[in-house]
Amino acid sequence: FECETGNYHTFCPISCVAWLYQKIEDSFFLVIGTKTCGYFLQNALGVMIFAEPRYAMAELEEADISAQLNDYKELKRLCLQIKQDRNPSVIVWIGTCTTEIIKMDLEGMAPRLEAEIQTPIVVARANGLDYAFTQGEDTVLAAMVQRCPSNAPEQNQIEKKSLVLFGSLPTNVATQLNLELERCGIQVAGWLPSQRYADLPVLNQNVYVCGINPFLSRTATTLMRRRKCKLISAPFPIGPDGTRAWLEKICSVFNVAPINLIERERLIWDSLEDYIALLRGKSVFFMGDNLLEISLARFLVRCGMIVYEIGIPYLDKRFQSAELQLLEKTCSEMNVAMPRIVEKPDNYNQIQRIRELQPDLAITGMAHANPLEARGINTKWSVEFTFAQIHGFTNARDILELVTRPLRRN
Amino acid sequence: MHAPLGDDYFNVMRSMLERERDFTPVTASIVDRHVLARGSQEKVIENITRKDKEENPDLIILTPTCTSSILQEDLQNFVNRAGLDSKSDVILADVNHYRVNELQAADRTLEQIIRFYLEKARSQYNEPLRKTEKPSANILGIFTLGFHNQHDCRELKRLLTDLGIVINQILPEGGSVTNINELPKAWFNLIPYREVGLMAANYLKNEYDMPYVAVTPMGLLDTENCIREIVDIVKSSDTSYNFDFETYIDTQTRFISQAAWFSRSIDCQNLTGKKAVVFGDATHAASITKILAREMGIRVSCSGTYCKHDADWFREQVDGFCDEVLITDDHTQVADMIARIEPAAIFGTQMERHIGKRLDIPCGVISAPVHIQNFPLGFRPFLGYEGTNQISDLVYNSFTLGMEDHLLEIFGGHDTKEVITKSLSTDSDLAWAPEALTELQRIPGFVRGKIKRNTEKFAREKNCNLITLEIMFAAKEAVGA
Repeated sequence: FECETGNYHTFCPISCVAWLYQKIEDSFFLVIGTKTCGYFLQNALGVMIFAEPRYAMAELEEADISAQLNDYKELKRLCLQIKQDRNPSVIVWIGTCTTEIIKMDLEGMAPRLEAEIQTPIVVARANGLDYAFTQGEDTVLAAMVQRCPSNAPEQNQIEKKSLVLFGSLPTNVATQLNLELERCGIQVAGWLPSQRYADLPVLNQNVYVCGINPFLSRTATTLMRRRKCKLISAPFPIGPDGTRAWLEKICSVFNVAPINLIERERLIWDSLEDYIALLRGKSVFFMGDNLLEISLARFLVRCGMIVYEIGIPYLDKRFQSAELQLLEKTCSEMNVAMPRIVEKPDNYNQIQRIRELQPDLAITGMAHANPLEARGINTKWSVEFTFAQIHGFTNARDILELVTRPLRRN
Repeated sequence: MHAPLGDDYFNVMRSMLERERDFTPVTASIVDRHVLARGSQEKVIENITRKDKEENPDLIILTPTCTSSILQEDLQNFVNRAGLDSKSDVILADVNHYRVNELQAADRTLEQIIRFYLEKARSQYNEPLRKTEKPSANILGIFTLGFHNQHDCRELKRLLTDLGIVINQILPEGGSVTNINELPKAWFNLIPYREVGLMAANYLKNEYDMPYVAVTPMGLLDTENCIREIVDIVKSSDTSYNFDFETYIDTQTRFISQAAWFSRSIDCQNLTGKKAVVFGDATHAASITKILAREMGIRVSCSGTYCKHDADWFREQVDGFCDEVLITDDHTQVADMIARIEPAAIFGTQMERHIGKRLDIPCGVISAPVHIQNFPLGFRPFLGYEGTNQISDLVYNSFTLGMEDHLLEIFGGHDTKEVITKSLSTDSDLAWAPEALTELQRIPGFVRGKIKRNTEKFAREKNCNLITLEIMFAAKEAVGA
């Protein structure tokens, strides 16, 4: 493991608003930031045309920064308008870099305002000083943990083990994962986030939680420390190998024998053979931006690719320990060297390394994709993995569809 | 860029929208918790000197962003220190991000750079600059990610060349700082867009006595005005200049550009009195308002701009050509105004296009904020005589398509036979369970039909007559096998 602490490019964590407001259907996201935040959301969300978005910018102007305006009054005014126009079940305040620096006391103001306007307000600090891109979702989910009920209304005396999954997935993918677990005889008690704010899952010391994405380390620790949940540490359900390992681990915790998983996995691998044939022996370089890199790399190694380097903005070694172990195991079984893992990579140095190594494929952000293509390197822009459906057995093909596209084109 | 993670989104925009083949010459010197605690001096200076060695630029500009400017660090000091060790020039962009928008910042920074290099040249060379022999001009204000700037530039070059004027320098896009000292050689400066370039033009006027033309040559009438101003300036310096511009203007207006003839033609007659709303940056909104009102007979119910700092100029320009004026940068106010007025078409930015989609009103995009559609590969200027053609096409298509949709509505949609066949299930032996149907509805329309057919085919192969969620997902998995 290396840490370059370099100049690298990734998206601002407030980008999480783009998919979270869609997932939580009765939510409203208020981003409290500056023009820069506004420009970014306008550009990033303008790409996906939404007619009636449930998010807005509360723009901090000079008067706000120099404490001439009362921030509580301003936020109250905005929240009342939101309540009137959209009537959401929850308003999520997204703190940004600027609110961090001026030390705006969002956590202090929110409860007061919530009591006044009678709408729940959740505060999440998704700022680029501390977090990168998908970690924005991590902070929002961690904040929502507090709002989950401790007991179901019809709680009986016998406390049973239950399973709650956390991570934001399109509902149909969540359903697919629920079905996989059902086949193993395990019922999923709930998801964080749920489709509606009112359906947040019950969390207490009898609840086992398991994450579905690698960037959710803060949510995991919050669940463990604040709500005393038990965390199931497993590789992530990305790719058939990851999905099987994930399911097996959950089954073992619940003392259930998994039925037919190995066979199921094998069938999926067979169905992917046409794409895998294109990938075998080819090399790939991850410049890194969405924190999914370790899981994707592990899957591609199992497909027979050689991974030169994995750049990643932040790596929580404990939360990703099972995944890292699986990566090591996969590399040794497939007889390839462990890839070089670089945290906070320096993009300039990576470009030099790409030039020297000349990988068959570079998975990189949009700032570098076109220039690399112009220099003869096949690229796949990494953001697409965040918006495509990549979890579970059912969607394994989708991942390879993306990865092979630049190779098929030529 | 002295900024936290994510503020360098600009790199993505440039690479993706302009399809730039080179790496964007912008790096963020990341501001994180360590920087907050220890101060960023070391990091910023180190990054500047590092980029100096790696990329060997002529100029490095350090700019803070909203967030880092609150830290109130002495960036000028860092710049001075870095300047000592680097071969390239190092400048601090002198902008307050809370007080100005991006256009004003660009204007100021361009002037700052020009001033820097001209003063540097003046201190080094004592001989006065001589004007070029033939009439020449600088074009100031063509910038990256500018709305159709590249195409406009090409058209302006053609126009000036037609008039017998040589192009001296074009800044900033495609220009080089090493050539800035040549700027005063030109006879005058042409500033096509009000938002960027005026400050530089004024500086050059005050310091070097260079006249400038700031009439935006958009539309037949204003292109003519622009040409006349150019000719006046050239003639005052060289009385022997005898280009027959009257005939040129006449020929271009009546024959080369098709816009005037289009305005006269009978299908344009149908547009007379139709209501339109115009919104955008000051330059484009004002010009389009005038073109619609003066050159096409369309009624502009409301004209507006988000360039609040230029409100006075804007009001003066559109006075008499529209019913009301709206100056705001709050897009919800614009949306309310459009909903209230219910125009037949909107001519605005991509934000107004979204509003138009929501309200089902056609919209032609005439200004930034932009989207990938506004970076066409083909030649599509808004300025000059070719620009008048493009604008006429845009206006006409926006209105006509609206008509088309209305007619389709009246006659009940497209070929109805096809629609009936698609929606009726041809096999009555297959039933869809309710959750599976819900799932199917969630799939985007343009893929739904295919997925439905694929699932039904799979179900028939497996001899199932009830399609459940499980079968749907299994059908998807079976696609590759």
